[in-house]
Amino acid sequence: MRCPAWRSPTTPGHLTRMPNPASTDAAAPILQVSTTETGAAVLRLSGVLDAEHVEAVWKPALDALQRLNDMPVVLDAAGVRHADGAGIALLLDLLRQPRLPHAPVRIEGLDPRYRTLLDQFDPAHFHPRARRARPPARLREVLGRGGVAAGTSALDALAFIGESISALAAAVLSPRSLRWRDILLAAQRVGADALPIVSLISFLMGLILAFQAAVSMRQFGAEILVADLVGISLVRELGPLMTAILLAGRSGAAFAAEIGTMRVNEEVDALVTMGLHPVRFLVVPRMLAALVMTPLLTLYANMIGLLGGAAVMSTFDIPLSAYMRETFAFVGLSDFLGGMAKTIVFGAIVAGVGCLRGLQTRAGAASVGLAATSAVVTALVLIVVADGIFAVAYYYLDI
Amino acid sequence: MSIADPIIRVENLTVGYGGKAILQNLSFEVRRGEVLVILGGSGSGKSTLLKHMIGLYPPMSGRVLIEGEDIVRAEGAHRQAILRRFGVMYQHGALFGSMTLLENVRFPLEMFTHLSDRAIDLIARTKLDLVQLSGSEELLPAELSGGMRKRAAIARAMALDPAILFLDEPSAGLDPITSAEVDQLVLRLSRSLGVTFVVVTHELPSIFTIASRVIMLDRRSRGIVAAGDPRALREHAEDDRVRRFLNREPEPA
Repeated sequence: MRCPAWRSPTTPGHLTRMPNPASTDAAAPILQVSTTETGAAVLRLSGVLDAEHVEAVWKPALDALQRLNDMPVVLDAAGVRHADGAGIALLLDLLRQPRLPHAPVRIEGLDPRYRTLLDQFDPAHFHPRARRARPPARLREVLGRGGVAAGTSALDALAFIGESISALAAAVLSPRSLRWRDILLAAQRVGADALPIVSLISFLMGLILAFQAAVSMRQFGAEILVADLVGISLVRELGPLMTAILLAGRSGAAFAAEIGTMRVNEEVDALVTMGLHPVRFLVVPRMLAALVMTPLLTLYANMIGLLGGAAVMSTFDIPLSAYMRETFAFVGLSDFLGGMAKTIVFGAIVAGVGCLRGLQTRAGAASVGLAATSAVVTALVLIVVADGIFAVAYYYLDI
Repeated sequence: MSIADPIIRVENLTVGYGGKAILQNLSFEVRRGEVLVILGGSGSGKSTLLKHMIGLYPPMSGRVLIEGEDIVRAEGAHRQAILRRFGVMYQHGALFGSMTLLENVRFPLEMFTHLSDRAIDLIARTKLDLVQLSGSEELLPAELSGGMRKRAAIARAMALDPAILFLDEPSAGLDPITSAEVDQLVLRLSRSLGVTFVVVTHELPSIFTIASRVIMLDRRSRGIVAAGDPRALREHAEDDRVRRFLNREPEPA
């Protein structure tokens, strides 16, 4: 029997720290400071110096050493019963402090077992150094770096778009060279697997639109116009937009994470050295799948949304047949085609951005996460921008 | 306690996946302070055995006693206390990619001790110094070579001064010089700190350098086919497979 990976085979319980050293603990280390008549000082450390207890004497010992900065200091460690890595680090910390030439620090009486542990380290390797403060970046430096980064990423995107278009064109010209199994698998993941969530969201959207409109329209006895409103908003705007947003969250992120992990595992490099172009092999199948499935999903979302509207209208005593007749009379073919044209662009954005971010992934688990996040955010921004451009274009074209 | 006092005792351990046993009825001991190497051909269950010894997977039956306490059945705080007694270096290091080397080694200290920031910093730096990575504290794992990554993983496994270190394929994928350096590191830590090592490997030069004792697993017999000093086994092992393995000879046709 194997356990799911996210939990230990047996309940791990709460994360328990080492108990906080209590002053009554017999093992608690003790620090005593004394000065001799010869003008030297003795710091006597005794007890158990381990990770659990050493904190109690660490700061006091350092402070004492600081106070005795103009006389030789002897660290008397004869009473140390046990020391682990943390105890050795305390002794090292005391030995590495910068001292005046006439006031050195030396250690005496340490058990040979711990002496050899301490002698592994050269205090010179551990000079207490001030954290190197980075000078604050100047405005022009920030602007310059930002500009270069933006420019490089724009060039990257441009190169990627060019490569994708040429690879897509090559694929269309010689369809036999495509790996259809990859495309079908991608189409299933992008399209068929998304049906439940698309159904839920679009039905809810139709329901809400219709209900909100119906409450107002009813005051004028114009409930039938709700069909016009729901139909036109869904077909022209909300259907394509909501489907694209869902697609960006589901498939865009998945493309980025999948290709990103392949990059981290050097699978993309393996493709390159086999002479297979990653864009052709990884991007084209996903792009084709998204280009075909986004319009189909949108069509489906529109129908489910209209059903949601119909469900509300039936409670306002408008029969399904009247609702449908009104919808099809008001929503024209140009509205429908206008909406569908958008979905192709949205599909290309989601798949393209997802794949690009995946290919840009650097090393490590965190960068796969960043790639997925960036794929979703970039796709959403581009979808909104593209939708705005469509709105202006349709306005001037009088569609 | 004597030198021969067992620090880990594996009793009648049967492990496997999906109801199919890979190793059956395995019993052996690890003595305090020794370097025990688990060896065997590919697919013999070396890494599987290691992952069961550290309690990552529950066995089909049997017990794994770490300093006398059964990690298989321990739960909650008791289990945490047993886990604290050993450190593990995974095959590819398993360093956290978003943290620098120093932060990787600091992590267990921050999570499990009440030490001050300054103390944790110094302790983490001593651990990195032990594996000769002083000066690389601020590098990210992605900026390291394979050998450095393994050494850093050893430093992280040692952060809380465990009595036992488990190393999974410490020299796999390293060049001979780096591999020899990792071997020297294991020997040095074993001698100076008295840490007990349980090492999974099939690199012969490494086995002859570091092992005080080996146990050899075999896929067909699903158990231990030989145990003892690797040099003696190379010359006098009764089992052909063991001698062939240690002399790097192919199976007879």
